[in-house]
Amino acid sequence: MKKLLIGNEAVAWGLYNGGLGLVSSYPGTPSTEITEFLAKHDDIHSEWAPNEKVATEVAFGASLAGMRSACAMKHVGLNVAADPLFTLSYTGVTGGMVVCVADDPAMHSSQNEQDSRHYAIAAKVPMLEPADSAEAYEFAKSAFALSEEYDTPVLLRMCTRIAHSQCVVDIGERENVPMKEYTRQPSKYIMMPGYAKQRHPVVEARTEKLKALAENCMYNKVEMAENREFGIITSGCSYLYVKEVFGDSVSVLKIGMPNPLPEKMIRDFAAQVKKLYVIEELDPILENHIRALGIEVIGKGLFSPIGEFSQKTIRDAFVAEGIAVPDIPEAQGTAPAVPGRPPMMCSGCPHRGMYYTLVKNHITVLGDIGCYTLGAVAPLNALDSTLCMGASVSGIHGFNAARGEETEKKTVAVIGDSTFMHSGMTGLVNIAYNATNSTVIILDNSITGMTGHQQNPTTGYNIKGDPAAKVDLEALCKALGINRVRVVDPYDLKACEEAVLEELAVAEPSVIISRRPCVLLKYVKPKAPLTVDRDKCRGCKKCMKMGCPSISFKDGKAQIDKTLCVGCGVCSQLCAFGAIGGNAE
Amino acid sequence: MKTTSVMIVGVGGQGSLLASRLLGTVLTDEGYDVKVSEVHGMSQRGGSVVTYVRFGEKVYSPIVTEGECDYIISFEKLEAARYAGCLRKGGKIIVNTQQIDPMPVITGAAEYPENILETLKADGFDIDDFDALTPALEAGSAKAVNIVLMGHFAKFSSIAKDKWLAAMQKVINPKFMEMNTIAFNKGFGE
Repeated sequence: MKKLLIGNEAVAWGLYNGGLGLVSSYPGTPSTEITEFLAKHDDIHSEWAPNEKVATEVAFGASLAGMRSACAMKHVGLNVAADPLFTLSYTGVTGGMVVCVADDPAMHSSQNEQDSRHYAIAAKVPMLEPADSAEAYEFAKSAFALSEEYDTPVLLRMCTRIAHSQCVVDIGERENVPMKEYTRQPSKYIMMPGYAKQRHPVVEARTEKLKALAENCMYNKVEMAENREFGIITSGCSYLYVKEVFGDSVSVLKIGMPNPLPEKMIRDFAAQVKKLYVIEELDPILENHIRALGIEVIGKGLFSPIGEFSQKTIRDAFVAEGIAVPDIPEAQGTAPAVPGRPPMMCSGCPHRGMYYTLVKNHITVLGDIGCYTLGAVAPLNALDSTLCMGASVSGIHGFNAARGEETEKKTVAVIGDSTFMHSGMTGLVNIAYNATNSTVIILDNSITGMTGHQQNPTTGYNIKGDPAAKVDLEALCKALGINRVRVVDPYDLKACEEAVLEELAVAEPSVIISRRPCVLLKYVKPKAPLTVDRDKCRGCKKCMKMGCPSISFKDGKAQIDKTLCVGCGVCSQLCAFGAIGGNAE
Repeated sequence: MKTTSVMIVGVGGQGSLLASRLLGTVLTDEGYDVKVSEVHGMSQRGGSVVTYVRFGEKVYSPIVTEGECDYIISFEKLEAARYAGCLRKGGKIIVNTQQIDPMPVITGAAEYPENILETLKADGFDIDDFDALTPALEAGSAKAVNIVLMGHFAKFSSIAKDKWLAAMQKVINPKFMEMNTIAFNKGFGE
């Protein structure tokens, strides 16, 4: 069956047809769809785990039990999963295990642009890196056999452009892989010093075997052209950009297995060309390795470690090198300067009412990762920090411990429901245990929003949409040691303000659950749009301070876009002149 | 054959993802090698979004850069201007005349440029501008703007109309097929 697939769907098909029995993941752009597509199959176990560490350990457990398993995460998710990964390298696997990780060069939807290849090297596990959906399918499918033959977890590295680009993939049939026997193997699976000392040499020997494999495998390939003036070593989507510019007119060594690298292949290729370029996005992983072999190469001196590449990057670099580049495009003209259009919270977003309240009261806000990170942009400018998943809750404790009462009464942490499940809980335990008077607001929109509406342990549904155990956030926070827990509706500005001011004033830690489902959820029915009474509107622009995309200013008065407004009514609470009406709750 | 490049640009939430999937599907059905690059995640939340569709005999790169684009299909005026530099000499911009103010305009930090399409035309750009919102609303929803635009673009393609409708069956939820067929026909000019 030939089908146009995004890279993530191709990975899902590859894993499925490769005999996958279990997948456990935490959503994260650009990796999320791998697990969403796998969840469509009813003959395998699929799930959203609370975080990537749990997901990886679940996949480990299934592998231990003899089943082929996988997990998927974004690059920063691998930081969370790094702990199990490094020791999984020692234990190896029973059923094949694949850890899919998607990097985000140019940070389309991320807080940094770290390069996951460092993890493959540091954890001493093989990594595969496809360049398009067709390779993503083949590499993912083959990864299980690789994992089992070499007794190692396999990292499959994607990046945004590959994860979210479509090309035609020939999808074959599912391989029927029986579960392996479970036998107790203490010296392989109990990683205490005595046994781990025996396993480390196994890891080093495995790397030598994988190096031999790298010289002769489907992942790395040489394409020699007549032109030997220069050659290019490249990988992933950079390979596509090179081919886009030069077609078959240059010699290329394409690396599909960035760890371990094929040293002989690299030496042989380098020996056949007069000058060697290495083109790789982000860090100089290939470049440093090639240099360590004593081979002269041009890499990051010409190609930036920052952001994404394109065919233009390649063209511009080679033109600068004085090398002839075919078919340089000619533009019709230059684009005029136009105002930017940054992303923003949606019309009727429940986070907006709470943010407005915090901004109005000049509260310092330690933020977290999710849709609500968009509270940082104008006009709300509500956030003071965003670091990583859970850092708002842990961070506010340190902030208040450092500054004491001076900040305790005017600082809050904000964190989403899914992020709180991911890694906010432990920070909250710490607030209670080590006693700062910190106020944490859980922005509970009853879904994992930014990644496109995935269920989580607070929603009451699992990945299949079936009813599931639902975490009681109020009871949980109390059980973690917080006595003051209250719930407010963020559409009710008065209630929000009361809750925030009261909880900041009290001399003990507290949690405010700001609860209202995401307006984009299918079961949330929009209300009739509101309208502005132009006779009553004085043009004071107070309603515009909360940054609702439905409200604009025309001829001295506010106006509401009826195609965008969902009738949440927050703006009407702001208007001192009663000018905004229409539907009333 | 030379690779043809199309950019579908607009504001997050306008449905450019579905438009690019429709185009990718119809081109695949026609036997072309096709690459489509989509946008997911944070930029989708009301931000400027761009998806690329490239087709030909053998397509390598999934993205389109400066001076390479044969057709820009824009869901909004300002976005047509933003990406105009990607248009190759002799390329064409199809644009819905809808205006959606970006946040810097809403907050007063910037002004929405007046007569932006006229400025582009004066600069030599081939602009095919029309109101896609009214026919979308007539078809039943503002969300059908994407299919109205694709119907309009279909006229410039060498692909028969029934092939487009067959591709729509594959990518559109059957519940919305009737509305989108009306929207497509309105864009196509029937």
